[in-house]
Amino acid sequence: MGIIKASKLVHEFIRRDEEGNVESITTALDQVDLDVKEGQFIAILGHNGSGKSTLAKHINALLAPTEGSLWVDGMDVQKEENVIPVRKTAGMVFQNPDNQIIASVVEEDVGFGPENIGVPTDEIWQRVEKSLAAVGMTKYRNHSPNKLSGGQKQRVAIAGVMAMEPKCIVFDEPTAMLDPNGRREVIRAAHELNREKGVTIILITHYMEEVVDAVYIYVMEKGKIIMDGTPRQIFARVEELKAHRLDVPQATLVADELRRAGLDIPAGILTRRELVEAILSVRESRRG
Amino acid sequence: MIRDITIGQYYPADSAVHKLDPRVKLFATLIYIIALFVFRGIAGFAVITAALAAAVHISKVPLSYMVKGLKAIVILLFITGIFNLLFTPGDVVYWSMGPFKLTDTGIQNAVLMVVRLIYLILGTSLMTLTTTPNQLTDGLEKALGPLNRIHVPVHVIAMMMSIALRFIPILIEETDKIMKAQMARGADFESGNLLQKAKNMIPLLIPLFVSAFRRADDLAMAMEARCYTGGAGRTKMKPLRYNRRDAVTYLCILVFLALVVVCRVFLP
Repeated sequence: MGIIKASKLVHEFIRRDEEGNVESITTALDQVDLDVKEGQFIAILGHNGSGKSTLAKHINALLAPTEGSLWVDGMDVQKEENVIPVRKTAGMVFQNPDNQIIASVVEEDVGFGPENIGVPTDEIWQRVEKSLAAVGMTKYRNHSPNKLSGGQKQRVAIAGVMAMEPKCIVFDEPTAMLDPNGRREVIRAAHELNREKGVTIILITHYMEEVVDAVYIYVMEKGKIIMDGTPRQIFARVEELKAHRLDVPQATLVADELRRAGLDIPAGILTRRELVEAILSVRESRRG
Repeated sequence: MIRDITIGQYYPADSAVHKLDPRVKLFATLIYIIALFVFRGIAGFAVITAALAAAVHISKVPLSYMVKGLKAIVILLFITGIFNLLFTPGDVVYWSMGPFKLTDTGIQNAVLMVVRLIYLILGTSLMTLTTTPNQLTDGLEKALGPLNRIHVPVHVIAMMMSIALRFIPILIEETDKIMKAQMARGADFESGNLLQKAKNMIPLLIPLFVSAFRRADDLAMAMEARCYTGGAGRTKMKPLRYNRRDAVTYLCILVFLALVVVCRVFLP
């Protein structure tokens, strides 16, 4: 079993009127199956309201499933006594950088998580040191978070999660409120954690460019997982993605148009470099 | 306007006052305030002035920077001065007109009150200028710790204070943004009488409150995600420990209080 395993997960948001009668039921998650192996970098794609954030909050035990089951590192999230261990195992980075930084000094914020789980003072300092170095924010340790850029704030938030030494980190649209530079910083930090510390990463996003380096992608719509596969498999299905009003990376789109125009280009091109190489090889074969 | 106020702001510097334990500074401020209200006569005043001057000097905070903080209370000082000057009955009346009169006690009181207020602001702002908000709340939490026994949620109160302080600049920025956005939609925050102006604030306050609640919700979730469950079982990254400097300062504070009391009791 992988580090995160969901089976037939259902979550319903129930609205009640003043007398407690059910007004409406929104099914945010509908029979979701998920299996993430330790050390993987996976991505979950989808529009606003597709249920991807709801799924993320389940992994951190912030929401409890209505039906079905979810295990994090072998622990059933529905058991009350597992809530804190689950949160220690699976950290979470949220969308809004301002609303997840608690302290008014960078290093104190990074120390907040370890303080909560009762880490001794000396070890807190070591962890803060290591986490800040891992995201390249050591220089700013005594700064106020208010003076940092969006990307830097998100990196502080990542360090804050890292300091709790989780096995897995869920990124819930960490780049939605950032400019392109900040977006790159954050995604790079996530990849580095995955590569160097072996942390399992679940990246939730609606930017296609950010997921091309993932090992596996789940695409969600209306609470259901509608597609899953490696990036190459997913982005080979350009028509299907378009039908769901999802973008594809620019290089993939160009490759697809060229192929339809009659050029012999393979499906599932993800990066600009691959596209250039494919076009060059087409030219070679025509000459030859 | 909001940015001019230096009360409650931190002035980073490397001084002995900055390095003091926040509990010592809180205690010192308390004693200082008490002293301000019990002193009598020139001698007592001299003791307080000397103590304040010494503290400011050691703290390396420029006096001009502190005086700027007084700007915010100029009107208050003025009103206090005028009232004391014109409404105090006394033995020698220098001038009178209707209900107003200028007496010797009045002049004395006016000067005393204004000086007292100025000293009060200078002294307390010295504490906030040399102590980060976090140290301050940490100090309060530790100093008020015994209240836990009578079920005062000291940790929770300290946590709320430090979060409030963290969000003040964010909310100020947000206010500015909403104000501009509403002005672009034709809102008018400048004209009209007082009541009108208060009414005009509604389109500013409602979005601000909505956004503050949303932020609070997000923050609560982020704290929960990082295993926050309240004060129990928490360790500290920067625990407060007294050292020799703090002990010496405690001694100085007590000597200071004794001097002020002696001056009050034995000197005219």
